[in-house]
Amino acid sequence: MELWLVPVISVLFTLSFCLILQRSLSRVILGLFVLSNAGNLLLFVSPGLTRGLVPETDPLPQALILTAIVIGMGLLAFALALCLRIKKDLDVDDVDELRDES
Amino acid sequence: MMAADSLLVISSTLCALFTGVTCLFFWNKPRPQRWLNLLGSLAHLFFSGLLLANVLESGPQVLRLGGWAAPYGIVYVADLFGAILLGVTGLLASVVALYNFSGGIDEKRERFAYHALAQFLVFGVSAAFVTGDIFNLYVCFEILLMSSFGLLVLGNDRRQLAGALKYLVLNLVGSVIFLTAVGMLYAQVGTLNFADLARKLATLEELPVSLHVLSHLLFVAFGIKAGLFPLFFWLPASYHTPPVPVTALFAGLLTKVGVYSLIRLYTFLFPHSGTGSFEWIWWLSVLTMFVGVVGAVSKNHIRKILSVHIISQVGYITLALALQTPLALAAGIFYMVHNMIAKTGLFLVGGVVESVSGTDSLKENGGLFKALPFLSTLFLVLALGLAGLPPLSGFFAKLFVILAAAEVSSYGSIFFALAVSVFTLFSMLKIWNEAFWKASPHGPDLALASSFARSALTPQMIAVTCLALLVLAMGLWSAELFDVSFRAAEGLIDPRAYVDAVLGPVSGGQL
Repeated sequence: MELWLVPVISVLFTLSFCLILQRSLSRVILGLFVLSNAGNLLLFVSPGLTRGLVPETDPLPQALILTAIVIGMGLLAFALALCLRIKKDLDVDDVDELRDES
Repeated sequence: MMAADSLLVISSTLCALFTGVTCLFFWNKPRPQRWLNLLGSLAHLFFSGLLLANVLESGPQVLRLGGWAAPYGIVYVADLFGAILLGVTGLLASVVALYNFSGGIDEKRERFAYHALAQFLVFGVSAAFVTGDIFNLYVCFEILLMSSFGLLVLGNDRRQLAGALKYLVLNLVGSVIFLTAVGMLYAQVGTLNFADLARKLATLEELPVSLHVLSHLLFVAFGIKAGLFPLFFWLPASYHTPPVPVTALFAGLLTKVGVYSLIRLYTFLFPHSGTGSFEWIWWLSVLTMFVGVVGAVSKNHIRKILSVHIISQVGYITLALALQTPLALAAGIFYMVHNMIAKTGLFLVGGVVESVSGTDSLKENGGLFKALPFLSTLFLVLALGLAGLPPLSGFFAKLFVILAAAEVSSYGSIFFALAVSVFTLFSMLKIWNEAFWKASPHGPDLALASSFARSALTPQMIAVTCLALLVLAMGLWSAELFDVSFRAAEGLIDPRAYVDAVLGPVSGGQL
């Protein structure tokens, strides 16, 4: 199970960095979404997964992921709100155009 | 012997959380919030002072939440290094809270939770300084990041929005890199507790490649927060946009949490030399120092100069870290405290200038020395302190770094430390000449003089005076303070006291 998750995680990381490097604002935010999930998934496989009914699995990484998911959701909600605000107030969707503002 | 649990470890942290939440109950009422912010910050200062005294007397203090023993439970630990920084955090929060009393921040922002966000920021920073495991450090980073996002966009200025986006994206990427590294660290070492990690990693003669790569991931994550050389772009893009009290808090606290984590990382977890990490840190520090100061010299607004300058100062601290001796690390800690105080002070002076003349542009300002001789003196004390002229704190901070470099014959470090401080002096004199010394571009301005008469003894001026006096005091009592930093540095280089306090000692006198 771990083995097939590894390529999935690496594809997610690659995809997210491709998106973040785009000029369009909404793609950057989308990239952040994918990136944060790639990180969570990596945390998920970090202790090594076991299938089926086993008496003991390590609960710690799962607690960590729960925390990370909640934090990530909060941050991304903020990112989305900021993105919306920038579109409304400044009317730009291009990261390059933002440069002149600051 | 197990150290007694002490609630004092997180008292000041809880103070900030409690104050922040209470502020929310006074939504839309600036005055009570302002007082709450000040009182909460003073309580923070009081408790962190007590904690510091305790730590000085009886070594690292540990709090095991819920009584669960480490490494299974969550622990908060205050060693001397953390306690010192916690104290400075309380101090800066109090000074900035005082500064807000005479129009440091506009009422619109105050209505909309400025004070609560400032306290949450202090909460995140304080928690980061005393947390005993690396995942909680991540959580603290997120708390302070979230509050800093709020503070950064509060007010909805066009410039603020544009600056905030860069800050947000780069810091989010940094956070995910941090989280990824934490996951991999757990996979390889099986623990996230600092003390446990220190003990387990100390048994390794040589770092395996996987851990080596991981240390670089963490380095990148913390480097983004600290504003190290190739990773600092978010800082000049965003720091000058929010109102001055916000920037002053950011300048004093945010990058320093990154530096704090870097120091913990390379003293507790990966002190192994021979991996080339410290050579890398050395080169990056030198570049950070140099690029930061050159960037600062090229700017034409007080706040922009000071913002870019933060980067250069971070380089000095990591340079001390790269030298790997207790003396160097002590110099780095001394430097860090000096820098937090002087930098916040300078930003606050910039804020007073802006509130008097309406702009922080060097071209538009002038003649301030004539109009505001007292403020100008304070600026001179802080600026020369930052540049490093005796008998102010910066002189000794730089002297200690240079002495530490001389001890290990790192002449390159000495050269760069001196060269960069010449540029620092130059950039401070640029502000001095343009804003304070040259004649006002608008002719003799009576309005300036009269507003001085009104603002002579305002809370703003008291706040700035406090910080200027501290810069002077740190210089005058530098020997005593350096002794304390040296003890803190020894506790980092040889973390036995910390590890034993958290996990209990093992036989054989090993770590």
